[in-house]
Amino acid sequence: MPVPVPSRPARTLDPESTGWLESLHADGPVREAAIAELHALLLRAARFEVARRRRSMGGGWDGDDLDDLALQSADDALVAVLAKLEQFRGQSRFTTWAFKFALLEASVKMRRRPWQGRELPLEPQGWPTIADRLASPAADAEQAELLSAVRRAIDDELTPHQREVLVAVALNDVPIDVLAERLGSTRGALYKTIHDARGKLRRRLEADGHTLAPATRGGS
Amino acid sequence: MSTDRDLLLRRLLGPAGPELTCEQCFDELDRYVDLEVRHDAAHADRAVPGMRAHLEGCQACHEDHESLRALVRDTGA
Repeated sequence: MPVPVPSRPARTLDPESTGWLESLHADGPVREAAIAELHALLLRAARFEVARRRRSMGGGWDGDDLDDLALQSADDALVAVLAKLEQFRGQSRFTTWAFKFALLEASVKMRRRPWQGRELPLEPQGWPTIADRLASPAADAEQAELLSAVRRAIDDELTPHQREVLVAVALNDVPIDVLAERLGSTRGALYKTIHDARGKLRRRLEADGHTLAPATRGGS
Repeated sequence: MSTDRDLLLRRLLGPAGPELTCEQCFDELDRYVDLEVRHDAAHADRAVPGMRAHLEGCQACHEDHESLRALVRDTGA
């Protein structure tokens, strides 16, 4: 990490994206109308994200608060899109490119909302007692031993900062954006910390003779 | 058989292969999603190496990817 991203050939913009760029680069009423249309597009995206997260996170949300959150997300995304307009390379449709800014603003705000005023659990909250067992007793024992080895490696191999970040995010389910805000950091910087910590754990486990699955989905 | 212990191990150990950073992921996310929606995931994975591994390792980027793909499909954009 980071992985070099292959250079991409120049793309011919699709007509809709061309229209957006021309309107947003115009003067006067044409630009004003384009900005208003863009804001409406971003607000739709932000409301889409808010609704998705509201469904997945259950009740306890105030509808007016959430609409305010969506509007604030659209406002912030509009500023970001206009500031980065020259960076749009036409590698996607303009609307897809713009949507991601609104979704990011809304998702970060929604992740932070349930943690407002709460202390973050940075120490292990107790390793879960996991009742499920594998069909094969041998495989079950092997997996339990691997988990124990991971615990030891976390204690032995990681720096205090690596341990704190990995434990909070991967074990205690603290959203990485929430942790980043509390630590005055960024998602990218904390993920780099997690990435480096995972590398240390993998090297230690492999040195100790454990066989690791080739690919997994993490929890940050 | 996937178990809760599998999930915990995956969260702690992450993907094994090379992966994008979160910043690279955000830069490439719109292109990746458009390729997924217009073609398929395999096409998108070939065009943006390291994206799939990052989405497996980073829950926040994974969620943002799912949202953008769902929105693009929903709008038919």
